[in-house]
Amino acid sequence: MKYAFFPGCSLESTARPYALSVRAVCRALGIALAEIPDWVCCGSTPAHASNDSVAVALPALNLKKAQGMGLPVMVACASCYARLRTVNHRVRREPDDRRRVERTTGSPYDGGVEVRHVLDVLVNDLGKDAIRAKASRPLAGLRVACYYGCLLTRPPEVVAFDDAEHPAFMDELVDAAGAESLEWPFKTECCGAGLSMTHPAVVNRLTHKIVSMARAAGADCLAVACPLCQVNLDLRQADAAEAHGAFRPTPVLYITQILGLALGIPPERLGVDDSTVVGAGGKP
Amino acid sequence: MNDPIPWNGGGLLDEVRRRSGTEPGACFQCHKCSTGCPAGPDMDFLPSQVLRLIHLGAEEEALGSRAIWLCASCEACTARCPMEIDVAGVMDALRIMAVDRRTALPDARGKRFNRCFLGSVRRHGRVYEMGMMAAYKLSTFDLFTDVGKVPRMLAQGKLAILPNRSGGVGQVREIFRRAEEEE
Repeated sequence: MKYAFFPGCSLESTARPYALSVRAVCRALGIALAEIPDWVCCGSTPAHASNDSVAVALPALNLKKAQGMGLPVMVACASCYARLRTVNHRVRREPDDRRRVERTTGSPYDGGVEVRHVLDVLVNDLGKDAIRAKASRPLAGLRVACYYGCLLTRPPEVVAFDDAEHPAFMDELVDAAGAESLEWPFKTECCGAGLSMTHPAVVNRLTHKIVSMARAAGADCLAVACPLCQVNLDLRQADAAEAHGAFRPTPVLYITQILGLALGIPPERLGVDDSTVVGAGGKP
Repeated sequence: MNDPIPWNGGGLLDEVRRRSGTEPGACFQCHKCSTGCPAGPDMDFLPSQVLRLIHLGAEEEALGSRAIWLCASCEACTARCPMEIDVAGVMDALRIMAVDRRTALPDARGKRFNRCFLGSVRRHGRVYEMGMMAAYKLSTFDLFTDVGKVPRMLAQGKLAILPNRSGGVGQVREIFRRAEEEE
């Protein structure tokens, strides 16, 4: 199993622990990753909110680089995933978009490079039974609230996951890690995403709501698969408690960190201590 | 807000339809988008009200709203709309139009952030977060919010001191140049 890996900008900075744990888990499970050479930013929300030509061209440029490698693409960031798949979706359906991509990137692109999220590969290619079989240190007794956020499952016609309102694929991985996944109501509520820089008060309100609810459902920690979800829910807990009332500080881990621990990978090779709440010994 | 907004022709509806590639005219005000909007409590107009402003041709109210800059692009509205309107795409179209037409914005933070983010991408091919955040803070004169979080992020290796320039930066600059010619 081999993929052209698109890390995205966050995995080189705020989501460095996500990059570490994705690479470590893939290595442990026999999934080979070849980084796309000279990949560039996908443009994320600032591009689609500012200039539609840039918003379709940047993902297309990356997908053309991957096409040269002859491999399907694997993405870890939910926003990069949504942008790359959106461009494939549009280029396949809209001749105008296809022509625009050709004009702005300087060469044609047919929308044909397959784009997979790391969770899609783990659940659907490898399967939870194969992962469970390799979980040498099952996390018995750990109660996990899986938080999917927005762009992993939306819009449903663009992403590869089947249920936008009640997804379960991350819960299956928690189950494979030997931990307990919880039913709770804010699985797909947005954390405020990029509003973190411009409107932190909105993100503090949403963080308070999401983390408090996970706690009320009995969670020991939250599992996420998006750099912005992790930063917002982890880094803003102290601000959220100050603005909206105290709650118990709650670790926010990447699902690949949870899987890595169950696979027996040492926590320091998964960047576990680099999350704000864990690193502060349970204080946000 | 108590005075009813008079109909001002279909020009705004046509323009938003053209830019977003979706049909805002199909909205029948079920408010499902507004009910599920995470930023709804902070907005001046809820998403369904923004769609109604578009129907009414109320360009000043729609383009000058806070709502379009509070939209986090989470796509809950787009995924749930019974008429399959890409509501989040409509928000993008309105943001782009507001900047193009130099509308007086009640809150320019979103516009400034987008400009700093894309400036970083154009310069380095990838986002250089330290530089981008510094540029944004200078542009808003809000120098101190969240600065206390920086030392720990540096210690954890979550912020790089220097940019990591992509070898594809030349191609990125070419894309920006051609895209500007397109608009």
